[in-house]
Amino acid sequence: MTVRKNQATLTADEKRRFVAALLELKRSGRYDTFVTTHNAFIMSDTDDGDRVGHRSPSFLPWHRRFLIEFEEALKSVDATVTLPYWDWTADRTPRSSLWAPDFLGGTGRARDGQVTDGPFARTGGRWPIAVRVDGRDYLRRDLGAGGRQLPTRAEVDSVLAVETYDTAPWNSASDGFRNHLEGWRGVNLHNRVHVWVGGQMATGVSPNDPVFWLHHAFVDKLWADWQARHPRSAYLPAAGTRNVVDLHDTMRPWNDVTPADMLDHTPHYTFDTAA
Amino acid sequence: MSSITRRRALGVAAGAAGAVTALAQAGPAAASAPRAAAPAADPDPASFDEVYQGRRIQGGPARGGGHHGGHHAGGYTVTIDGRELHVMRNADGTWISVINHYEPVATPRELARAAVRELQGAPLVPLTLG
Repeated sequence: MTVRKNQATLTADEKRRFVAALLELKRSGRYDTFVTTHNAFIMSDTDDGDRVGHRSPSFLPWHRRFLIEFEEALKSVDATVTLPYWDWTADRTPRSSLWAPDFLGGTGRARDGQVTDGPFARTGGRWPIAVRVDGRDYLRRDLGAGGRQLPTRAEVDSVLAVETYDTAPWNSASDGFRNHLEGWRGVNLHNRVHVWVGGQMATGVSPNDPVFWLHHAFVDKLWADWQARHPRSAYLPAAGTRNVVDLHDTMRPWNDVTPADMLDHTPHYTFDTAA
Repeated sequence: MSSITRRRALGVAAGAAGAVTALAQAGPAAASAPRAAAPAADPDPASFDEVYQGRRIQGGPARGGGHHGGHHAGGYTVTIDGRELHVMRNADGTWISVINHYEPVATPRELARAAVRELQGAPLVPLTLG
């Protein structure tokens, strides 16, 4: 049984195993295929064209499927590993144990943003940034730069209170739960966390930073939390919507999975809290 | 997959036309500001050509490269030291790039400057797949 845990509760052994599995996927080249896929969708998902992974209703089911695939890759390395989630409403400073040298390492240095401690530091030589949009081949971060703040629990609750899943025009201008969670409108949850971390996390190749998976695991959990609060609110749109993945349309790049298939996460994993 | 040269300057009219405000509230403060406070962008942004922090940034209507067809006829290209920065226009008229993807700004010039700050001297490269 796959149980996704809050990263703050992981034992030292669980952290070691998670990090080791990440490093093995990186070494074998499998990790970078996920970065490439994500960036391809970032660049092609547009507000007035075909959109699947972002700025559209399928943002949540697309990333759920993407994370399941990544979690399966991790488990193929070490069957005990599952994706932890980062509750950024609780662990909200660069001093959090999340950023300690025994886990993800800390923020980057001022001169060039380079992460200099932990398993993904350039000096360790085990985390080259191969899929990139600029000349820098090392992991970068700028945690909380410019005095930015992570979303608060109250802000999360205000978004979870939104009853309607999504609304026309089904893009970055939409009202509704999905877009307020994604962050193009309203208090801005998901997008803001990408910006708070900075470095690659603020770019189209954001999965280069392993914290991408912990961030999205929490976004995914918030979707499950929202479903529990609004059992009568359905995924929208239902059918016949141009450029958008309707409930029973298949999603690229898999072409064999629909949002309807992703509505219930429990066949795949559960959370360590009662969702 | 598409290369970084694939320009996506979206001319979505929804909400942008007639809602022009000069109040550019970008920069660090915008990250935590409610989206409602974000600036509505000029529906037809001006061209620019300047040196910013030692980098030459240019922006303007995409010249007839021909590989985009008419679909994105409102195309707009941004370059840093002559290399294209992949940009995208949001439905509300704001802009993002592959370098600052999750933080919209009001104008392409502001977007180019933000990318220069983020690059810290590094060159843009066509998407490198390792």
